Amino acid sequence: MPLVSFRDVSFGFGRSLTLHHFSLDVEAGETLVLLGRSGSGKTTALKTVNAMLLPTAGEVFVEERATTAWDPIRLRRRIGYVIQDSGLFPHYTVAQNVALVPRLERWRPADINQRVAALLDKVGLPIVEYGSRYPHELSGGQRQRVGVARALAADPPLLLFDEPFGGLDPVTRLELQRQFIGLRGELKKTAIFVTHDVREALFLGTRIALLVNGSIEFFGTRLEFLQAPTPEARAFLECLRPLEV
Amino acid sequence: MVTSLLQEFVALTLQHLVLVGMWMLLAAAVAIPLGIVLSRRSGWREWTLGLTNVVQTIPSLALFGFLIPLPFLGGIGPHTAIIALVLYALLPMLRNTVTGITNVDASVRESATALGMTPRERLWQVELPLAAPTILAGIRIATVTTIGTATIAAAIGAGGLGVFIFRGLAAVDSVLLLAGAVPAALMALAADRGLEWVERALSRR
Repeated sequence: MPLVSFRDVSFGFGRSLTLHHFSLDVEAGETLVLLGRSGSGKTTALKTVNAMLLPTAGEVFVEERATTAWDPIRLRRRIGYVIQDSGLFPHYTVAQNVALVPRLERWRPADINQRVAALLDKVGLPIVEYGSRYPHELSGGQRQRVGVARALAADPPLLLFDEPFGGLDPVTRLELQRQFIGLRGELKKTAIFVTHDVREALFLGTRIALLVNGSIEFFGTRLEFLQAPTPEARAFLECLRPLEV
Repeated sequence: MVTSLLQEFVALTLQHLVLVGMWMLLAAAVAIPLGIVLSRRSGWREWTLGLTNVVQTIPSLALFGFLIPLPFLGGIGPHTAIIALVLYALLPMLRNTVTGITNVDASVRESATALGMTPRERLWQVELPLAAPTILAGIRIATVTTIGTATIAAAIGAGGLGVFIFRGLAAVDSVLLLAGAVPAALMALAADRGLEWVERALSRR
């Protein structure tokens, strides 16, 4: 059974239709990449999963229940969320930021502390050194690591990533992508990952859905994607070629 | 004679402080909740802020004039002055509450919602703490101007340091006039400094 299932989802009205009869299954344990240009509808699709947006037609099922039938608060606390600008709370320390969802879920303080320390360790920011810092005292890459730790805090089965590494320099980006693969191997989470970077899509995705104007143009494993015949897929693969100087 | 004047001075200064404190509490009790509501509804925001802008441009003596004939709200005495000065203090507090909340970074707001905070948790734990320095700046502006304009309230019998100013004007006695004006000015300066300090303490994080 798929963990997330988009069934004939449309979003928007008339000319501003950002999703158009969009159907897709996300299997437990995979990293599904939504690849596409700006405005292709990939972020919209992502936001229908945690009920930040509700489809104007069709349904999105999470754990076999439609997002419209979930209590949105309960649903969101079961789904990690990482965005490009990290969205860390500037008035919270690193440790408080990571502790957010467990605290909202009223975990015991001792359990929260233990969980926060373990996660910060996992993302390479030991709590003794970084726990009491504020987000503005961190580099962009460190902030994104904290963002990932925060998303993992309540041990959600599913994580959503909205171009999380988009604002980083290429060296830091590669470090974080490697860390992502390491964590995935260790934690066995399901992830939906939005990006416009075809290199990132091929590196991180177990399967890739290519979006054009709110519809899927191509869907397949990354090996299949490399052979994809469709025009948008060819356009993206063209980006992998070295520039002719 | 001197002691009774001194006694009156102390009494009027205290009265002035109490009046300003009361106005600020009342204005804050209206402006901050209203600002929170307006920060959620962009449709109402324009005309409500516009309306408070208009109120701000009415000269205070004229506003007293408008309020005196009104039933319940108006009449001669402290409560008319209270209403008038609350209206003046509203605008900076309201505007800064709205600005403070709407200026919270979109990505912070988005992740608060996406991680499963209820609207109430988001308001109390994220938006208000982050807007606090801006809201406090509004309170500071309102307090400083109210301490000054409160002297006018003596004209309709509300008391305060304005009593000295009006008596000094009537008797052409500049010492009496200064006995009202200088303490009011010092009070405004002290409030400005004090609240600025609190504001900086809040935004340090």
